[in-house]
This record gives sequence, structure tokens and C-alpha cells, in this order.
Amino acid sequence: MIKLVALIPLFPLLGFLINGFFGKKISKGLSGAIASVSVLASFVVALLIFFELEHSAVKTHVVTVFSWINSDTLKIPFEFLVDPLSSLFLLIITGIGFLIHIYSMGYMHDDEGFARFFTYLNLFVFFMLLLVLGNNYLIMFVGWEGVGLCSYLLIGFWFKNTEYNNAAKKAFIMNRVGDLGFLLGIMLIFVTFGSITYGDVFSIASSGNEATVTAIALLLFIGAMGKSAQLPLYTWLPDAMAGPTPVSALIHAATMVTAGIYMIVRSNVFYSMSEVASETVAVVGVATALFAATIGLFQNDIKKVLAYSTVSQLGLMFLGLGVGAYSSSVFHVTTHAFFKALLFLGAGSVIHAMGGEQDMRKMGGLWKHLPITGKTMALGTLAISGFPFLSGFFSKDEILAHTYEHSPVLWFFGMVTSMLTAFYMFRLFFLTFFGKFRGTHEQEHHLHESPGSMTMPLIVLAILSVAGGLLGLPEFWHQTNWISEHLSPIIMHKSPSTLPHDTEWMLMGIATFSALTIIYIAYVIYMQRNIRPLPEGAKMPFIQRVIYNKYYVDELYNAIIRKPLDAISGILHKYVDEQIIDGIVNGVGTTVNGISSVVRKAQTGHIGVYIFSMVIGIVLILFFTFIK
Amino acid sequence: MLNGIPINFYIMLSAVLFIIGVVGVMARRNAIIIFMCVELMLNAVNLLLVAFSTLHQDANGQVFVFFIMAVAAAEVAVGLAILSMVYRNFKTIDIDLLSRLKN
Repeated sequence: MIKLVALIPLFPLLGFLINGFFGKKISKGLSGAIASVSVLASFVVALLIFFELEHSAVKTHVVTVFSWINSDTLKIPFEFLVDPLSSLFLLIITGIGFLIHIYSMGYMHDDEGFARFFTYLNLFVFFMLLLVLGNNYLIMFVGWEGVGLCSYLLIGFWFKNTEYNNAAKKAFIMNRVGDLGFLLGIMLIFVTFGSITYGDVFSIASSGNEATVTAIALLLFIGAMGKSAQLPLYTWLPDAMAGPTPVSALIHAATMVTAGIYMIVRSNVFYSMSEVASETVAVVGVATALFAATIGLFQNDIKKVLAYSTVSQLGLMFLGLGVGAYSSSVFHVTTHAFFKALLFLGAGSVIHAMGGEQDMRKMGGLWKHLPITGKTMALGTLAISGFPFLSGFFSKDEILAHTYEHSPVLWFFGMVTSMLTAFYMFRLFFLTFFGKFRGTHEQEHHLHESPGSMTMPLIVLAILSVAGGLLGLPEFWHQTNWISEHLSPIIMHKSPSTLPHDTEWMLMGIATFSALTIIYIAYVIYMQRNIRPLPEGAKMPFIQRVIYNKYYVDELYNAIIRKPLDAISGILHKYVDEQIIDGIVNGVGTTVNGISSVVRKAQTGHIGVYIFSMVIGIVLILFFTFIK
Repeated sequence: MLNGIPINFYIMLSAVLFIIGVVGVMARRNAIIIFMCVELMLNAVNLLLVAFSTLHQDANGQVFVFFIMAVAAAEVAVGLAILSMVYRNFKTIDIDLLSRLKN
């Protein structure tokens, strides 16, 4: 079965081609079904491969598909790598991808771009699978750019809206910055180690000197910053919420944005060799986590809250990577994919019921109208807040425990982030589902539970969000932590936890206690005291106003990057382009005109003159040939 | 020495013929006369080729002459055809009046 791994990306590619070429000719149901079935088929193959790998003694299988680039010293075969890390990511991508495809069939039902939507979605799944399956950095890069393209297409899916188009462009351009770092990193790897195939590079990585390895690790991390929305390249992700909600769930929460984490876990050998790079990853991660979590506190758009929450959770994952807890981060990627996809899809269901309204100030009291959405979202909210024994509790706790071992200061900030997370998530939950309905009468009449195609994925994801923690039960419970066992073959330098068990119990106690306290505080504020977010344009205290305006980061980037660029472009346009370049081009034309208006006079049209000049010419030629 | 006549005489004759041709081409305005002068130049060259061919006992020169005669015949055919068309259209073959290329 592992030999057939190429089937996994092939199915979505087929779905993409069918929907891309014939999408307009076939019915909506058929085009949705083709897209969903193609991802389901990949999921089944991925599942079979996963179990085969689980039972096989060899944990790394390389499957050569064809010889790709073959030129002197640069030999890059097109190979797929099946190992514990890629097999796990395959399951997340195809599994959650399939659920979201089903959901989209309900969500996008009335959209005229239905087939186009599924075309992009299948193409995205294809590139994402390529990204995690490739056996060298170049295939990863192809997938990396491909998902970026699909992200751009899907954010700007409703392309008649200029603002959405701008959001798409913003995402694409911000990612370009990161991608340049990634590309330079790959080149440096090739120059240093003479290969970009994972196995070759990692086996000789220890021969590289520390400065080079640090440079490689930092360059790759710049790539991860762009794709996984870390400071300072995160601003595209909240804007990316312009895309349809299933896209936000699949691309901007569960899969694409975790590509950066996948890449760093894959290259863990570089990071474990370089103290500087690891520290950078940890600090950037925790800073992003805290920063985004505070912004999330005052957002009123339901999807924006979730977007900042995603940025913040990704920051936590990078914190885990930075402190060397690679398997914990992958664990958090997995559980986060479950509950964040659930929350986004739930939010989509709410938006669907509200007729497109995303502002939480206009919602409220939806619990009785949307029973399934409400209950599943409650489970998702509890899971992300770290409520005991749900999936987020275990994964977040594992990252924080490793962080505590590494540095209590970072742990403290991580802890604050997770408390803020619990707060803004419950704020979202209470504002949306409880209290009085604050929308228009029309909207109130329209309220309805979403169709089965949308609630079914919610229920499945809710079950996964609750039970996902079983994948990585903590070791100090005298259990095998399945996920860290599973990933151990690909982590080069393991640092077994030396934390005493009572410290771990204490950390878990603190986390549980703080989560429950915060949930209670949110309950008091938004349920008992009925405090509501301020309307647009209301006077706010200074700090709240700064945070509400996202710390003015977009304005700052505008002022220090866009405005100077505009000014420089203006100058270049006015002087270099219009005067120098246009001057040269027009000058060439004028010169030729001028010369020819003089030379043209030699062409008298009199045959006698031509003959005469011909004779003179011949005499001169003879003269110079023989007299010389 | 060819037939008792020194080679210099041939060269002189051929040079005189050639110069008559050149002057004729440059000075005359009638296209047919110009044409005849061109032929005169060709034959001046032919004469020279034949003379040297005999002098050096080498047949190559005579081969050239045959080629030149063949090409000249073809050229005359084309040239006279053009001239007759020119005459039909302009009722003249004075080259100074054929200055339509200008402007």
C-alpha cells in the first residue's frame, strides 16, 4: 500500500481537473460530490498507509515517482516520503479536508461559483498533500507556493468585492516576504550540504558549522513566519477572513497555516543544533501568542476573533518548537485542527443562519435557534480554553510543561495567553448564543439550524475535539504518550523530560484552575452583568482603543513600509521612468528620424546619379584594393 | 605573343573598349545606348579573358567567357523586356525623366 502513496495527491488532482474543466457543465450536486469523494478516497488511502506504517518495523519509506531534475550536481528526484510525521499530517489534511468539503456543499449551496469553489478547494488539498509528502525541500516548496496560490484564490473568491481582493493580495504579498526567506534557506542548504533531500541533509547536518546551521534555521523560520502568520508577518491572516468560512476553517486554521510548523518539525535537526535559532522561534512564538490573544479580546467580528485566536495558538505551537517539544507542537497542531475547524465551521453555521452577519454585537440568544451548532461550539470552546480532559487541555498543557522546564518566564507568558484565550472564546460564545437577540426582526425570523451536510461535520469534529486528547495522554499519568512515541523516529535529538512528577501535577493544576476561573469571570461579565461590547465609534479608554484597533499595526506598516514605497515609486516613476527611460527610448526614435531626413537626400531618384555613384564606388574599391 | 601580336595590345584594346563603355553609361541618357555600353564593357572583359586564356594555355578563362555570354544574353532579354514596358508606360526611355522613385 505504501508504494501507492502517489494516489493520495492524485485523487484531489483528478477532482480539480474534472471540476476545473467540466464544473460549469455538471450539476452542483455532482461537482460537490466529485470533489468530496476525491478527498475521501485520499483519506482512505492515507488511513491504510497510516496503519501499515504503524505495524511496519521500518518507519521511513521513500517512494520514487519519477526522475525530476537531473543536471550535473543537481539531482532532484520526485520522491514521496512516508514516515510518522507525514502520515499524521496526511490524515489531518484529508480527514478534516473531507469534512469541510461536505460542509461546503451546504454552506456554498446558493453560490454561483460553486464548481469554482470546489476546484480551488481540491487544488488546495493537492498542493497541501504535496507539501507534506515531498522527500526534499523543493517539492515542499512547490506545495508551499501552491497552497499560497490557492489561499489567494480562495480569499478573493468573491472577487467582485474590492476589499476582499485587497485582502487576497495582502496575504499573497506578505507570504512572498516569508517565501524569500524559505527559498534562501533551501539554497543555503544545497550550497552547504550539496543536497536538498531530507535523508541526505539530516544525516550530514551535524558536519555543518554552527553559524551556517543557525543561518539556515533562521531563514527557514522566516518562511514559517509568513505562512504560519507569526510576528511580524501575521497581519494577512485576520484579513484572510474575507474568504468563505469553510476556507477559513480548512486553510487558515487547520492545514495551511500549520505548514510552517510541519517544516520546522521536519527540519528539527537544524533547530536542535542551534540554540540561537530555537530561542528566536520560542520568543517570536510566545510574543505572537500573547499579542494576538490581547487583540482577540476586543474584536467584534466573530471570524476575526477566531482568526486572532488562530494566530495566538500558532504562536503557542512555535513556542513548543522553540523549547524543543516538537511532538507536543504536532500534538497541538492536531487538536487545534479539530477544535479550530469546529469553531470556524460553527461560526460559519451562525453566519449562515444570520444571513451573512458576522458582527457579534448583532447576535445573541442563538442557543435555542441553533441547538446543534450551539452544543458543538460549546465543546469546541471548552476544548480550546483548556477545560480538563478535552483535547486542548492535554496538548496545551504538554507545550506549557516543556516550556516551564526550559524557562519559567516563557511559561508565564504562555499561561497568560492561554487564560486570555479562555476569556475571549467564552466572550464569543456567550455573546453569540446567550442573552437577547440583538439583530433585526427580519434576521430573527430567518434564524434556522443549518442543513445536515453542515451539522454532520460539526458533530464529527466535536467528538474529535473532545476525544483528541487521547492521542497524547501525559506520560506522568503512567500512560504511553502515543503521539510522542509515534513521532520519535523523526526527532533527531530527543530531550526527555526531567521535570518531577509533582511539578507536572502542579502545572496541570494551575492550568485547570486558571481556565476555570477565567471561564467564571467571563460568565460573570457577559451573562450575569450583561456587559455588551461598545458600538462602533463609542468612546473607549486609551488601552482598549489601542487594542481594539489592533495596536495600529496595519497603520504602522502603512506608514513605515507602504507610504515610503509609494513615495519612492512615485519618484522613480516621475524621474527614472518618465525622464530617463522614456527619454532614451524616445531619443533613439528622434535620432534615427533626424539622421534619415538628412541621408534621404542622397536618394535623388535619378538613375544617372545612381550609375555615376556606382562607378565612382567601384573605382574607389579598386583603387584601395590595388594601391594599398 | 599571340598570332604575332603582343599581349599588351590586347590589354590596351580591352581597356579602351571598357572605358568607352563606362563613359557611355555615365554620359548617355538613352536607356538602350546605356544598355549597349554595358554589353561593351562585358565584351571588353571577355576579350581580356580569352587573350589571357590563350597566353597561359589554360581553358578556365574561356569557360568564364561562355558563362558571361550566357548571363549577358539572359540579362539582355530581361533588360529589353523592362525597357519595352517602360516605353509603353512613359512613352520615353530617357533615364533622366524616369525619376518616379523620388517622392
